[in-house]
Amino acid sequence: MTEKSALMARRREVHPVPYSPEYKTSVTRAPSLPLLSMESTTSEETGPRFGHSTIGPHDNNLISNYTQGKALAVGERIRVHGRVLDENARPVAGALIEVWQANAGGRYRHVKDTYFAPLDPNFGGCGRTLTDENGYYEFMTIRPGAYPWPNRANDWRPMHIHFSVFGHAFGQRLITQMYFEGDPLIDLCPIAATVKDRSQLDRLVAPLDLQNARGMDYLAYKFDIVLRGHRQTMFENKPEGM
Amino acid sequence: MVQHLDTLIETPSQTAGPYVHIGCIPSFAGVEGIYSQDLGTTPIAEGAKGESITITGSVFDGTGWAMRDAMMESWQADAAGRYPGQPDADPNVSGFCRFAADKDSGEFVLHTIKPGAVQDRNGAIMAPHITLWIVARGINIGLHTRIYFEDEDNSADPLLARIEQRPRVDTLLARKTGEGQYRFDIRLRGDDETVFLDM
Repeated sequence: MTEKSALMARRREVHPVPYSPEYKTSVTRAPSLPLLSMESTTSEETGPRFGHSTIGPHDNNLISNYTQGKALAVGERIRVHGRVLDENARPVAGALIEVWQANAGGRYRHVKDTYFAPLDPNFGGCGRTLTDENGYYEFMTIRPGAYPWPNRANDWRPMHIHFSVFGHAFGQRLITQMYFEGDPLIDLCPIAATVKDRSQLDRLVAPLDLQNARGMDYLAYKFDIVLRGHRQTMFENKPEGM
Repeated sequence: MVQHLDTLIETPSQTAGPYVHIGCIPSFAGVEGIYSQDLGTTPIAEGAKGESITITGSVFDGTGWAMRDAMMESWQADAAGRYPGQPDADPNVSGFCRFAADKDSGEFVLHTIKPGAVQDRNGAIMAPHITLWIVARGINIGLHTRIYFEDEDNSADPLLARIEQRPRVDTLLARKTGEGQYRFDIRLRGDDETVFLDM
């Protein structure tokens, strides 16, 4: 990786509050002491790069990748697409995006998920892709169902898709969740509510994008992602005092 | 009206949740057959230069429980302190690894080579370290920290020098337990809480 200037400081106020008692698991898993603030270094300004050789041709189609195209998953067929930009509004090309989700009934294919909604024999639930030169990506999938979880006595997660994104710097690493426009469970979810600024939470809600749907085939949702940018510091590579 | 800034704002984080492995380490979740292989299974290839080491540890929550569902990613330089992509970097060091706490014991294991000291952008020398990023159910935004080594000279490291409470430096030192063997435990909250970074 070519070295760049320092990463912009993370704006913690747009992110979830780490200690959020309504999301019970966070109570024992949030640091109690302040984070050690520092300027990013080479260790955070560099990061792994993933080439097209690591990505299979069907990796971004969750409807068919579990069966390698032999059979299709059950559910509402959707296309999820968008762009990855940095805070300087530049597209992030070659960004690795990984997604995972429950099936149409809200059941995850994971050894630890015991919810009695059945598994779909034709659905695995993960996908990955690289953004193109304009930062664009897309997935084909089925819309995941809501599911109950053992938090408060009657808590249900809204429909959501988990996103994991790599920029070009390890300090840009981000995992988040995409929600769906109009889902009434978003307002009741203690995990969504860990983001205290409503306008920031709204950025995780993908709008229906009928213009990019395809008649008699699939609906579409648009989900753009912003990663941390590098500071524009033209003169920084003159070391101070030297 | 003042001018508008043309910068955007980073997308808010959300927890990786208990099923993060489905997307990041599918074989761990029991999801087979989609990808030819999981990403980041090892940070080194055959022939990587340097001392072969194994780091073992656990991520403990605030009650002292070793978490069974944590996922970690590590990023490191080669034995000469160069990151992949930098000039003369060791081609057998990808530098990136992904690993999970064991679902029964909560223990994780990282096999790698010991990184060299890294020269920073402004010329400062950082003691050998591995950058670590931790996500899990209950962690709303991924936690960055570093693994240093107790048998290296850490006295001039600029990051460790920033830690005001000197006993807390120990939370970032991997303990040598044998030849090429280290122990690094992470405590998210409470006594001996690990130092996490805001950079």
